[in-house]
Amino acid sequence: MSVLVLVETEVAGQGEPGLSVVAEETLTFARGLPGDAVDAVLVGHVGLPSERVLAQCREHGVRTLFVSTDAQLERYAARAWARVVDAGLQGSGAAYLIGGGTPRGNEVLAHVASFHDVPMAANVVQIVQSDPLEVERQVVGGAVLERIGLGGELAVASVAGHAVAPVPSAEPTQTQVEQVAVQLTPADLAAQVRRSEVREAGDTSALTGASVVVGVGRGVGGADRFTAAEALAERLGGAVGVSRVVTSLGWRPHHEQVGQTGSRISPDLYLACGISGAIQHWAGCASSRTIIAINTDDEAPMVTKAQYAVIGDMHEVLPALLEELG
Amino acid sequence: MTDVLVCVKRVPDASGEVVLTEAGDSVDGRYAGYTMSAHEECALEIAVGIAGESDGEVTVLSLGEEDCVEQLRAAVAVGAHAAVRIDALADAFGPGDVAAAIASAVREKEAGGASYDLVLLGNDAADTGDHQVGIRLAHLLERPVVAGALTVTVAEGRAEVRADTATGTEVYELPLPAVATVLEGGVQPRYPSISGRMRAKKTPIEVLEPGVEPRGNGRLGLRVLPPPDSQVEVLGQGEGAAARLAQVLRELGVVR
Repeated sequence: MSVLVLVETEVAGQGEPGLSVVAEETLTFARGLPGDAVDAVLVGHVGLPSERVLAQCREHGVRTLFVSTDAQLERYAARAWARVVDAGLQGSGAAYLIGGGTPRGNEVLAHVASFHDVPMAANVVQIVQSDPLEVERQVVGGAVLERIGLGGELAVASVAGHAVAPVPSAEPTQTQVEQVAVQLTPADLAAQVRRSEVREAGDTSALTGASVVVGVGRGVGGADRFTAAEALAERLGGAVGVSRVVTSLGWRPHHEQVGQTGSRISPDLYLACGISGAIQHWAGCASSRTIIAINTDDEAPMVTKAQYAVIGDMHEVLPALLEELG
Repeated sequence: MTDVLVCVKRVPDASGEVVLTEAGDSVDGRYAGYTMSAHEECALEIAVGIAGESDGEVTVLSLGEEDCVEQLRAAVAVGAHAAVRIDALADAFGPGDVAAAIASAVREKEAGGASYDLVLLGNDAADTGDHQVGIRLAHLLERPVVAGALTVTVAEGRAEVRADTATGTEVYELPLPAVATVLEGGVQPRYPSISGRMRAKKTPIEVLEPGVEPRGNGRLGLRVLPPPDSQVEVLGQGEGAAARLAQVLRELGVVR
């Protein structure tokens, strides 16, 4: 009985692709599941894995890494990627299939669960007990945890971001690479990305990976009043994130939204300016290492939940801070 | 003419404090009220736009007890033409059950002459966040599916779906009929007009049987996370706090 982990890659800078942080978190989580081995299946990367990916797999105790070299998989098609994962399941005989709680992870896992007509638990945060398997997962935007039983021949689950810290295995392995062949049908490729449009440089596309995020809420007061927040984000080498009300008012684009229906972020610092801190927003920023709130209301939830706070108008505090930072 | 089916769910409004029922097995929305998931409001807006361009119709569907009629009428008020309720105890239905019940309803309606070129759902419900109903439905109906759509347009029997990624936009083209799950953010839901509200009051709600025996969602219990103890250190008031704030940023190592 083994665990199969769906892993995704990311390219940092100009370097060769490596496993994403989420993939390393998921591998760490996988080692807590019952089973005699952890295998992985690589998606989002056509061809043989890079040496960096292999080194990470060895560090995380991966026994076999299943890959596909089928060029039809180059452009994302969730159902086709799910066929590769399914081939990995057949190769490993795993009883548990897990992946990151990312848009890709949840989508591909849902296809695999559909193939087998088995349950799937999204955004799991911890294992409650192993036999029979019970897990806890985030519901209601993370404000509530649901305990759920995952019985049956195959348990499918995605792991919520930052549910565990990525830690190398105490027992590194010699990872074997196994190529899987998939017979893709037209139906598998019917919903495939036709083209990708890369956003212009200089925007906040790096929000989810930023080490500092300057969050802006309704308190900013208008679409033309982001200058100081943008300047601070640039000064700190970070990105601007906004609350849902800011995007609803049309002041900023949706891809900058932090929260339950936006991006979930985990920066070293989240500087929340003029944000009250509704549950839906908190769901997106709660994983920040340090939160500093700037708010005129000293009883706002964001202030009471933060580690540090400044009570005042962001339009007075931010310019003064920028001057201090030089 | 493009006809669209939009699936919506009655969910507790969790914008304030989240309270569980006495039994601890579901979220109690009696005080905060109930609403439609934000993703589904956007799915409805997309559907009304698509149908409006081609003289098509929007049918809105919800699985639940009598009270989910409130969300169905809200959907009619902003432009849906017809409403269907699958009569069922929603809490007893897991995501696979919901998908099977919707598939059953689609087959029943299409056998009766309806034809849904597109089925739109929210990417995930605001309460259970399952991320799978739309995909399971597409498998059951044997139709292509894209998750995370921000916009959907239809032309010449194909749907163009645009979805956000961390670095830009991905564009899909699907043959119809198809399924898409919608994320909030690509469109702005409209407000109901007075005439829309009036029409919503009069629109009959068709009731269907679920057509499946639910297997359940495996839920064993819920618990609300306790709020963290407030240990906030107030650095000061207004611009006078800037020096101390800058010092903290340096201590945290985030100043370049």
